[in-house]
Amino acid sequence: MPDQQIVIHVNGSPISVPAGSMLSAALLMASAPCRISTTGEPRTALCGMGICLECRAIVNGVPHTRTCQTVCQEGMRVETQS
Amino acid sequence: MPDFDLVIVGAGIVGCACALEAARAGLRVVIVERGVVGGGTTAAGMGHVVVMDDSPAQLALTAYSRSLWRTMAPELPGGVEYESRGTLWIAADDEEMAEVFSKQTTYAQAGIASQVLDPRELAEAEPYLRSGLAGALLVPDDGVLYPPVAAEYFLCEARRLGVVFLSDHEVVRCGKGRIQFANGTSIESERILLASGASIDLLPSLPIQKRKGHLLITDRYPGVVSHQLVELGYLKSAHKLTADSVAFNIQPRLTGQLLIGSSRQYGDESREINHAILRSMLERAIEYMPCLKGLSGIRVWTGHRAATADKLPLIGPTADPTLFLAMGFEGLGITNAPGAAVLAIDALLGRASIIDAAPYLPSRIQQEAVHA
Amino acid sequence: MKPADVLVIGAGPAGLAAATAASRNGCRVAMLDDNPAAGGQIWRADITRPHDEDPARAAAIADFHTSGAALLPGRRIVDVPSPSTLLAEAGGHFETYRWDRLILATGARERFLPFPGWTLPGVFGAGGLQALVKGGYPVAGKRIVVAGTGPLLLAVAAHLREYGASIVTVVEQASTLQMLPFAASLLRSPGKLLQGAGYRRTLGATPYQTGCWPISGQGDETLRSVTLTNGRRTWTVECDLLACGFHLVPNTELAQLLGCTLQGSFVQVDSQQQTSVAGIYCAGEPTGIAGVDAAQVQGEIAGLAAADCSPPPTRLLARRAKEAAFGRRLTHAFRLRPEVLKLASQETIVCRCEDVTFSQLQTRSNWTDAKLHTRCGMGPCQGRICGSATEALFGWQLTSVRAPLFPIPVSAFCDESSSLNAPSAR
Ligand SMILES: Cc1cc2nc3c(=O)[nH]c(=O)nc-3n(C[C@H](O)[C@H](O)[C@H](O)COP(=O)(O)OP(=O)(O)OC[C@H]3O[C@@H](n4cnc5c(N)ncnc54)[C@H](O)[C@@H]3O)c2cc1C
Ligand SMILES: Cc1cc2nc3c(=O)[nH]c(=O)nc-3n(C[C@H](O)[C@H](O)[C@H](O)COP(=O)(O)OP(=O)(O)OC[C@H]3O[C@@H](n4cnc5c(N)ncnc54)[C@H](O)[C@@H]3O)c2cc1C
Ligand code: FES
Repeated sequence: MPDQQIVIHVNGSPISVPAGSMLSAALLMASAPCRISTTGEPRTALCGMGICLECRAIVNGVPHTRTCQTVCQEGMRVETQS
Repeated sequence: MPDFDLVIVGAGIVGCACALEAARAGLRVVIVERGVVGGGTTAAGMGHVVVMDDSPAQLALTAYSRSLWRTMAPELPGGVEYESRGTLWIAADDEEMAEVFSKQTTYAQAGIASQVLDPRELAEAEPYLRSGLAGALLVPDDGVLYPPVAAEYFLCEARRLGVVFLSDHEVVRCGKGRIQFANGTSIESERILLASGASIDLLPSLPIQKRKGHLLITDRYPGVVSHQLVELGYLKSAHKLTADSVAFNIQPRLTGQLLIGSSRQYGDESREINHAILRSMLERAIEYMPCLKGLSGIRVWTGHRAATADKLPLIGPTADPTLFLAMGFEGLGITNAPGAAVLAIDALLGRASIIDAAPYLPSRIQQEAVHA
Repeated sequence: MKPADVLVIGAGPAGLAAATAASRNGCRVAMLDDNPAAGGQIWRADITRPHDEDPARAAAIADFHTSGAALLPGRRIVDVPSPSTLLAEAGGHFETYRWDRLILATGARERFLPFPGWTLPGVFGAGGLQALVKGGYPVAGKRIVVAGTGPLLLAVAAHLREYGASIVTVVEQASTLQMLPFAASLLRSPGKLLQGAGYRRTLGATPYQTGCWPISGQGDETLRSVTLTNGRRTWTVECDLLACGFHLVPNTELAQLLGCTLQGSFVQVDSQQQTSVAGIYCAGEPTGIAGVDAAQVQGEIAGLAAADCSPPPTRLLARRAKEAAFGRRLTHAFRLRPEVLKLASQETIVCRCEDVTFSQLQTRSNWTDAKLHTRCGMGPCQGRICGSATEALFGWQLTSVRAPLFPIPVSAFCDESSSLNAPSAR
């Protein structure tokens, strides 16, 4: 399973990640922030366990999705949330 | 303790507005609060500044108060989050549309601007509302604000004028020119203004009942809703004085969050969430705005309104010549705080008021009781 | 008599032990967890190494399965709609659960303390980075500083190194002196020592600096360096990532929503792990931060009690007492030094959801005051991060836990099938 790669789109650009990867990990690989904070700071995942909500991003059009609790699926579209 | 001309009990939005008004009139004031400023019902409400026309007296006070908010607006600090969003009173059917027209007439007579929207204009104004609605009345000058910071703003202004504030001071007795704290100390003053919101422990005979409400706040979704949206069915349900009711009422916050209400329940003084009520409240909201379904809700809470039988507040003197009231604001205390403060301090100083103060006098209730 | 239905929340060591014990003693047991697999935080499954099993985890999970208990993964408890029901979110839909006996084994989360730069991309929790790596984030070749406090730091550093990271340093705020009694207790409990020694071996020559802590992180868009101090001297090290956590705080929110009494920060339990609410038990970190062994023995006791096998065998009670003592030494050894509570500058953000700064909070008198007037804790984490920080910084107690426990779609409150399509009340 980990050898298999899938393609997802981060802020419009395709990236290839191992199947089963968490979306938060994929965003880190793409060097894309998950969200822009209320005062404009870029933020990435902090707790990795669904508690801090820093990893919220827009996933397939749905804002406020916790990417550290979301497994990447082929063709998924993720955007930094501002 | 130095001498005070006035002790105010309760630092909700009403007590704080009164403190500022009294300080402006030159009184030496102390305001005492058992918790933190704005931590009572003021922290639980919606912050819709709205003109309401259930009765001529309600219309007079809300219109007057809204005009005071609008005058203050440019000076309010950013944290108050004041926005002139406007209210949309939504009509679901022809019967409610008739209500829209009669409401417009009433408002026009009172000099309140409003505009009737047909279904297409309504859909343009609020594209996420369900289709098939009959129309709406837009009241463009109604506002939205964040009540706890508004209360603190009044308090800060009052303190700049010398008002003394005591937080974490619970009052256990008040009247006859004296208030006593839980810690045994007391303050004497010739005038006491009770602004303790829905808590009537200090004066259990007050004709005020707690009316519980639920609210849900979502995460940030800027642009989904632009006006405060209220169903006109609200008039049928919310103002029934006995039964539990829910109504579609949704408020866009400056943060982009949506505040979804509302419910009304008597006889439940607990802070707990009643899931059956919450469910019907949210189902009602989703019925009007289906997209709410998928929005992320981050917190639900409850608050208690201070309801009187005629839905008007109690402002002015009592049988105890030292004791005055500014209470009983039901679902309009945020709106009415500035106007009520003027009326309360007028009553205290024996000044004439800009609007007729008689409908709000506490004595009206006793009189009714006597004449009944 | 129908067997008691036991519901276990949390599939970490405590939950696994509880479910296994209750199931072996005749109960029908279901165990829920929000992760896709059992294991909790310490035994979190690793997507990059699916076959690389920790033997302790493998044993606990095998016991669980042979006991006949059912695992319901991917379910997060979000609300308590009535005193005897729980609402769970499962991949976007909602389910309600009832029980005869309920066992809470909801574990702990990391404590974060704010310092300048802690919101930069590249700064993670220590356990947080470990979880992200297990979720597929490659760290090979990255220069990583591990900082904060607690035994977790060494475990995380060892783990990251196995994945090819270059550990610049591990800095532990506790002094060697402060940790001495803890080292001694490790000697008394060889099992734990082995784990620790294993970490040391893997870490090899990685510096482990005690009595040191981070004071700031630098970088524009992302972290470039971290400034460290030992109180006398400060120095800056270049790095790509910082993994920083200040030990653990218990997840007590569900217990609170169920009305269980807290004692200090922890859920109050009796000798049978029963909370103040009859029929609700609690085991593991929510009752005290004492590590995996304590969690397992408490879990077993709770499971037995839920199955009415009282009183618990003395051997379990003795082990629990021993582990509790270990927990006390742990807490003592890694207690926070006052300096780490003063790292935030005026502009440092304390509440990350709402970007509330230290200077905004400084003048507030308590949690409610801060929350109402600055929005601290009003965001979607509901104070889980900033609340434990302000508790450490200012001594504020969080006032109330409210539904939902985690953000959920508005419709979740309506989803009970009976009412979903019912005409709404007027
Ligand atoms: C769900 C809901 C929605 C609402 N929406 C709106 C709206 O959109 N627009 C609007 O205008 N209004 C709204 N309201 C009503 C509004 O919130 C209240 O009318 C208003 O906050 C009342 O303010 P207050 O100062 O009278 O009371 P409070 O804010 O309750 O203040 C009273 C203060 O007195 C203190 N106190 C009480 N007893 C003592 C004592 N013994 N010693 C010391 N201190 C004491 C309390 O701690 C409290 O801080 C809503 C209310 C609810 C519940
Ligand atoms: C991030 C982190 C990393 C750690 N890493 C290590 C390590 O490497 N080495 C070490 O020795 N110790 C580590 N620990 C400490 C270790 O977790 C504990 O000592 C031990 O595992 C306690 O077990 P537990 O069962 O009480 O809690 P946990 O193992 O934390 O298990 C609790 C489980 O319940 C779930 N849960 C919580 N709330 C809900 C809810 N509302 N609905 C559904 N499920 C829920 C959680 O997701 C989790 O799976 C770590 C702790 C944390 C927080
Ligand atoms: S990283 Fe904290 S919730 Fe996802």
